[in-house]
Amino acid sequence: MAVEITQVLLNAQSVDASARKYAEESLNQFQDQNLPSFFLALSGELANNDKPVDSRKLAGLILKNTLDAKEQHRKNDLIQRWLSLDLFVKAQVKGCLLQTLSSPVSDARSTASQVIAKVAGIELPHKQWPELIGTLLSNIQQQQSHVKQATLETLGYLCEEVSPDFVDQDQVNNILTAVVQGMNASEVNNDVRLSATRALYNALGFAQANFSNDMERDYLMRVVCEATLSPELKIRQAAFECLVAISSSYYDKLGSYIQDIFSITAKAVKEDEEPVALQAIEFWSSICDEEIDILDEYGSDFSADSDTPCFYFIRQALPALVPMLLDTLLKQEEDQDLDEGAWNIAMAGGTCLGLVARTVGDDIVPLVMPFIEENISKPDWRQREAATYAFGSILEGPSPEKLTPTINVALNFMLTALINDPNNHVKDTTAWTVGRIFEFMHGPTVEIPVRTILTVLLQCMKDVPNVAEKACGALYFLARGCEVVGSASPLSPLFADIIQALLNVTHREDAGESRLRTAAYETLNEVVRCATDETTPIVLQLVPVIMVELHRTLEAQKLTSDEREKQNELQGLLCGCLQVIIQKLGSAEPTKYTFMQYTDQMMDLFLRVFACRNATVHEEAMLAIGALAYAAGHNFLKYMQGFYPYLEMGLQNFEEYQVCAITVGVVGDLCRALDDKILPFCDGIMTHLLKDLSSNQLHRSVKPPIFSCFGDIALAIGENFEKYLIYAMPMLQSAAELSTLVAEADDEMIEYTNQLRNGILEAHSGILQGFKNSPKTQLLMPYASSILQFLDSLYNEKDMDDMVMKAAVGVLGDLADTLGANAGPLISQSVSSKDFLEECLASDEHLIKESAQWAKFAVSRAISG
Amino acid sequence: MAPHELRRPFKRPAISDQQRRRDLALIRQTQQRSDSQNRARRLASSIFDLPSHSLPDACQADFPDIVDVGYAISLEQFPELEASSPTVRHLDFVQASKLKGSAARHWFARQLMLTEWMIDVPPNLDRDWYVFARPAGKRCFVVSSNGSTVSRLRNGSVLHHFPSSLPNGARTKEISAPSHVYCILDCIFHEPDQTYYVIDMVCWRGYSLYDCSAEFRFFWLNSKLSETGACNPPSTYHRYRFSVVPIYDCNPIGLHKAYTGGFVFVKDGLLFYNRHAHYQTGNTPLALVWKDELCSQYVLDTDSQGHVPAEQQVVLELQDDGKLITSDDPPIVFGCLEREIIQKSSLQAGNFLRLSVIDECVRIVDGKLELGDLKFVGKANRARAFADSYSKVFFQYTARHSPLQFQDLIASLDPNLDDNSESNDMEMID
Repeated sequence: MAVEITQVLLNAQSVDASARKYAEESLNQFQDQNLPSFFLALSGELANNDKPVDSRKLAGLILKNTLDAKEQHRKNDLIQRWLSLDLFVKAQVKGCLLQTLSSPVSDARSTASQVIAKVAGIELPHKQWPELIGTLLSNIQQQQSHVKQATLETLGYLCEEVSPDFVDQDQVNNILTAVVQGMNASEVNNDVRLSATRALYNALGFAQANFSNDMERDYLMRVVCEATLSPELKIRQAAFECLVAISSSYYDKLGSYIQDIFSITAKAVKEDEEPVALQAIEFWSSICDEEIDILDEYGSDFSADSDTPCFYFIRQALPALVPMLLDTLLKQEEDQDLDEGAWNIAMAGGTCLGLVARTVGDDIVPLVMPFIEENISKPDWRQREAATYAFGSILEGPSPEKLTPTINVALNFMLTALINDPNNHVKDTTAWTVGRIFEFMHGPTVEIPVRTILTVLLQCMKDVPNVAEKACGALYFLARGCEVVGSASPLSPLFADIIQALLNVTHREDAGESRLRTAAYETLNEVVRCATDETTPIVLQLVPVIMVELHRTLEAQKLTSDEREKQNELQGLLCGCLQVIIQKLGSAEPTKYTFMQYTDQMMDLFLRVFACRNATVHEEAMLAIGALAYAAGHNFLKYMQGFYPYLEMGLQNFEEYQVCAITVGVVGDLCRALDDKILPFCDGIMTHLLKDLSSNQLHRSVKPPIFSCFGDIALAIGENFEKYLIYAMPMLQSAAELSTLVAEADDEMIEYTNQLRNGILEAHSGILQGFKNSPKTQLLMPYASSILQFLDSLYNEKDMDDMVMKAAVGVLGDLADTLGANAGPLISQSVSSKDFLEECLASDEHLIKESAQWAKFAVSRAISG
Repeated sequence: MAPHELRRPFKRPAISDQQRRRDLALIRQTQQRSDSQNRARRLASSIFDLPSHSLPDACQADFPDIVDVGYAISLEQFPELEASSPTVRHLDFVQASKLKGSAARHWFARQLMLTEWMIDVPPNLDRDWYVFARPAGKRCFVVSSNGSTVSRLRNGSVLHHFPSSLPNGARTKEISAPSHVYCILDCIFHEPDQTYYVIDMVCWRGYSLYDCSAEFRFFWLNSKLSETGACNPPSTYHRYRFSVVPIYDCNPIGLHKAYTGGFVFVKDGLLFYNRHAHYQTGNTPLALVWKDELCSQYVLDTDSQGHVPAEQQVVLELQDDGKLITSDDPPIVFGCLEREIIQKSSLQAGNFLRLSVIDECVRIVDGKLELGDLKFVGKANRARAFADSYSKVFFQYTARHSPLQFQDLIASLDPNLDDNSESNDMEMID
């Protein structure tokens, strides 16, 4: 094989499909049969300067893919496989990789640098390959520019792969020194300077200590700022990227540089080429993100111990920043609204203006109004569009009081423009702005009668697709605002017209463009949600209409794959719409009865939808069925036989885990709808749920809901849960232990842990309550002490969120309530029944307090016997 | 290392309706799970779970279905419907609150749990019972809903219509509760300090407490009432003060406290509640009243002029066949009125009659009271909604002859339970 490897690698890139397939198979075979030789052969190929560049590149790519994968469980497997490889083999592979960095072929060098970073990502956390960084640093001392360049690139990738925790500060200092040297203006080779600048971007995360040291920080910032002035476009762009990264990682260290940075960015926005100008604008957007976060978190009261104080950079820069951004708005591209992927300086500038408005609030209004007034009526469409976009951008942030007077004038103007302006781009932005007005200031602040607004929007929905789509969006937010207002909806008089107009849009030939059909259905959903008693009969009439549409999609035959994809999208939208209708009508007493007459046909359609293999559609149909089950109650039983196979299918869908998660939720709906009538299906359901829990392929986010689902099942079937106890309880117990052993977790991990705990607690609540008053209550006694231990350890960890706290104190009550005096001694020994309970009783959170009061009652009864 | 993606969302709403549908479905599921949990914990139940009075179990099981199909009926349209017809029985509190006039009175008159009079001491008084002093005043239901509060007397007539700090008890911005939220309290209105003393909690924020033990109801009452500000002094949006009554475990200490303790209100006897009993409409032997001269000014019934008559008087309901019955379910027959008197005084079936007991005719057979001949005095006050109960007649009789005394109550307590009585005092007294 080793002799032929070059040819096989070349064949694997052949235009001839069968040769390609054969080559891929033999490579897989090789990997399976002799992994060490496989690694040696590929790394040898990559290092060999006599081999063709294409085989070398692919060799490197395959090596990279044998070291890393997207899915966490597969990634872990690959890491273990590399670590357990023969030391000698590994040393040889690594030797080849480092050797390749000196290759005259740049593609080979670049590929090798990525593979080295992957190996480092595995080995450095295990304290292996300690000499790597030293070797790389000594490479840089060499005079050959291409080696220097490749090594800097490698350092960049390495910083991306490896967590700063595994590199000590001396090495960090050396890496930064090497990188900064490479970036320096004195470096004459542009490739070296560019690689160094890009490497710094990744290395910034390692530079905590250096950024805290005034001298080192000054030096780093100077080098970055100098690089923004490089004659080479890519270097300037990379340097601005570094500034953007610094703005979010080291916001609090920017004070002494912010004025210089403003000058640099203002110049770039005004004069430089677009890729650089975009990064310069992004710097200010990023500063806005930081300040919005800080202000959100602390409100206006900063104390000395706030993590990050707000420096109000945006407020200080405001008088210069706003005119700079307003200028960009006039640089629109023709037809940018028709290109989904478009991103240009006008779009970036407007987006940044919106963020500035959110950061400073009222203060932006006087700075923007003159621009709007000056441009809004100009003959040049660019000026009218820029003025409208400026107005739409600043609607979120300033107080309603500040905006209301302007809004009423502006809205009048814009409703006219929506009908009369000759320019598509202007109408697009105008409709979007009208939508923003309703998004942020709905209700009584708008003086113009809703009927007038609706008439214009319905008219506008007949315009070209991109404008019609924005008009639907405006209606969406108008409807949403009406929902908040209350019982007498201003939409009611035109309700039937609105629905008809939206249905017409969905039938337009060009509804596939600009996301128009989706927007129309989403708006229809929102209109249905805000139907009142007065208008629900109209929603009822919509049911057969949507069902016919769905039926039609199921009848379509012989579709091309493109048509099928569109069909699936439509089915998803229709199922989504039915779901919203079910929720609306199934909960309203006057319509429920009539609505229920459709459920047979509706279930039939949903089951046929499942035959289409598309995750989004499954998800939508599943959600709709959950809503239907809850509305139908015991009557849903007759559908169970037909539905059950698809329920199983959903529970086994590991790859499309959202489908699995939603199906788990629907099991809960079924439990509440059917009560103990779900019992005949429970063996199957429990088997799948237990398998799901033990799978390491299934996305972890599905596991907490599965535990909650145990609780739903137990509550529904009561003591019949007995036979599942021996499976479910140990799983709950080990998950509980795991969830209390989370050390040094990041925010995401803490959130997940709390979800997991909540799921476990809901399971316990359901099981305990399910067994209440049953003669089999004693079966739970053996688990009482571990449940109490779990509660105690949660209390001791001190990192519960409110949701977990409420669930935990609830379980305490459930345990006392169900096990009563038998568990009295155990309960009185636990910390939970004393300190924790006291803490919950003193909580300001109403739901926690309520659960706690209940628990106190149950506990005192259990203890006093 | 290619340049990094920096495109931000442009002219798109930040939300996607698909995500919104998912989120709303999750919220619905979470809410419904929590509802099921609460139901299991008997903390909550929908308004439909409120039982109407004395329905047999089978009938109650059918009840949700009737409601499901939108069975709502307004009695204003059907004034001929009597309170006893099945339709009216099926009304829940929210529907009933829309009733007007006599239909409303009929309905509400049957919602209170009525104590029996203590004729003898129930077993395990110390273990299973609470005792508390009964404030003197008018027994009533207080219902807060839709931004106002209404109190109704035992006969169903409205006592006060007023704003209060109870949930949804007044139209103010501060008390923000969803419109379906309502509360039902069992109270005694005490004239001297114009205060509603809450002696039981039937419904709180739409949560039914009917199926909860007295132990739990009292606990909940004491935890919840003060949270609302209902115990605060009167103000614009809170016309009457509400207050709780200290409740004691029925051990010697508790019993003494209730009996001899000084209270801010005028005492009218002692109430005994079995801690395990649910709130049951109509007469129940699981809630008892006892009085003697020391703890009540009104031990012996007065006549229509407010004087204690020389002979015991009772109020009984006249049947078609002339039989005179008590308000018990099933009723006890205490005698028969001659046709002649019925005709002469133009009495009709269903009338409440005041009659004098002739001591010489009274006999106690196997522990049961028989009144023998009764002397017709006249029709009872028109406001009367009920005849006397058997236990009341019996208690009044013994009160005149050989009353059940406080010493008898004390003597019935198990002295061994004294020790930890102090700690067993319900902690709700604060």
